[in-house]
Amino acid sequence: MAIPIVYNVRSLAARWTSTVVAVLGIAGTVGVFVAMLSLARGFEATLVASGSARNAIVRRAGATSEMDSSVMLEQVRVVEDAPGVERGGAGPLVSPEVVVIASFPLRGRGVEGNAQVRGVSLKALTVRPTVKIVAGRAFQPGLTELLVGRNVAASYEGLELGQTVRFGGGTWTVVGVFDSGGTAYDSELWCDYSVLRQVYQRPLNMFQSATARLTSPDALTGFKDALTSDPRVTVQIDREVDYYAKQSRQLTTLITVLGSIIAVVMGIGAVFGALNTMYSAVSERTREIATLRALGFGSGSVVVSFVIESLCIALVGGLLGCVVVLPLNGFTTGTINWQTFSHLAFAFRVTPGLLAMGLAFALLMGFIGGVPPAVRAARAPIASALREL
Amino acid sequence: MVSIDGRGDGKSLIRARGLGKTYRRGGEEIHVLQGLNLDVDAGDFVAFMGPSGSGKTTLLNLLGGLDVPSAGSVTVAGDEITRMSGAKLTAWRARHVGFVFQMYNLIPVLTAFQNVELPLLLTGLSKAERHRHVETALAVVGLTDRMRHYPRQLSGGQEQRVGIARAIVADPTFLLCDEPTGDLDRKSADEVLDLLDRLVRDHGKTALMVTHDPLAAARARTVLHLEKGVLVESVAAGNAR
Repeated sequence: MAIPIVYNVRSLAARWTSTVVAVLGIAGTVGVFVAMLSLARGFEATLVASGSARNAIVRRAGATSEMDSSVMLEQVRVVEDAPGVERGGAGPLVSPEVVVIASFPLRGRGVEGNAQVRGVSLKALTVRPTVKIVAGRAFQPGLTELLVGRNVAASYEGLELGQTVRFGGGTWTVVGVFDSGGTAYDSELWCDYSVLRQVYQRPLNMFQSATARLTSPDALTGFKDALTSDPRVTVQIDREVDYYAKQSRQLTTLITVLGSIIAVVMGIGAVFGALNTMYSAVSERTREIATLRALGFGSGSVVVSFVIESLCIALVGGLLGCVVVLPLNGFTTGTINWQTFSHLAFAFRVTPGLLAMGLAFALLMGFIGGVPPAVRAARAPIASALREL
Repeated sequence: MVSIDGRGDGKSLIRARGLGKTYRRGGEEIHVLQGLNLDVDAGDFVAFMGPSGSGKTTLLNLLGGLDVPSAGSVTVAGDEITRMSGAKLTAWRARHVGFVFQMYNLIPVLTAFQNVELPLLLTGLSKAERHRHVETALAVVGLTDRMRHYPRQLSGGQEQRVGIARAIVADPTFLLCDEPTGDLDRKSADEVLDLLDRLVRDHGKTALMVTHDPLAAARARTVLHLEKGVLVESVAAGNAR
């Protein structure tokens, strides 16, 4: 049987000052690691949730995003006639859309931020059933009225319900607020596309994308095949979910890589903290270890015992780091979406998976910090170690 | 029966032949033990005396499998321990040797009960059996009422009695006691010596003890003197029975 764990736990408590230092080092590292990943996860989730598996977004072939895309009215008609498109009372559920960027003062920051203004028809609300108007009403076609996402008023000044703003040469009134369930649309301003095109002097037969509601997620293949083989249109078609996932990839990767680099650098520091704590534990307990070995506990038992001790430190540190970072869950922040150059509000998402990753990272640090001292403990010559004071 | 002439009758429990231990310090070789022979029968109580640096503790370490000799062999109950691998020797120590240390060497964060239980964790005994053995060992040393105490809550004499309980709890083949009374006042030392005496006399234990204290040595059946790494004489102690 192994050396009892109570020995390790009580030894840690007996040397609580050095234990606390090592615990805090690991807790800080895990906290930063989980916070960074939850930031990336929140950003990704916000964008990915914006898309529906039943929706297909049609853009000009080769366009990287809606911003550099163009879809002509004649092409929209072809899309409407394509197989697999859901049809409602108002005809095929295809929403041709115009997207522009307008800048508004960011609330409490003293600088302006770009917001994405999406010109749509009221059909957009049917194509995206998750979008619900939660205050006010929808814009009236032909009027300079805005229906804004629920994060807009919190992110920018002057965009609360009933307020009036000037942009693009027009004066707009916020007449409604919608909630799209924490997606990227919540950071957008929606209005009538024909008004938006006029104000921005865009060609009247041109849109940037067309989003089609399909009869089922499986209908995408037929829809895509029909359009890509049609000589009248030169478009690329993505499932909406994939389109937003692709948009999120760049920043998500950046945050993840940066977060991992910071975590690794901090982790190295934390490992040294654990090493220091465990080496001093081993040197303070040279005689105890020699006694255990004299009694018949093997080198393997000693190594396991001290690695467990280090893992206990790591586990407590990891749990503490997770607990500290947990209140961040749901905390809304914002950043630039580099694909659309517009401000995107999103919430940290501290998921159970990330917490598990944080704990695993902590245990890895504990293991790396525990093995060398444990091996030293097991290798010390028993006869001389027994006489250490 | 104890002999140091290398002509044991072959029935001895512990047998050392040509035992030598050499340390190297800098470029200099220090011969701590040289060609030492020893035969100890089961049930003996042997004290090793000698000046500091004479090799008493080194001898004890070699007999207990805590160190390996530079020359010679040690055989205990037919097993030549000097040929054993590290892992096998560790297992052998757990089964056959009960150590009593000068500084008691109790684990400070464990209670007296838990300290005594340690050697039993290496056996296949159930928890209930282990508890029974620990209680018996603590009863033998008269510390049943202190089993929940930590070492810091015990006197030196009590700590050493816990150390003896730990040494005997797994019923080892023999006890190795390195200056067991070296850190105790006279009264506590006498209590510990009484206990060792009783273990040998009443329980048939074999005990080998290193000591500087002539009064402690006088409790043994045989006193051996070490000088410059060699056992020089064998003297029957005053209270040999």
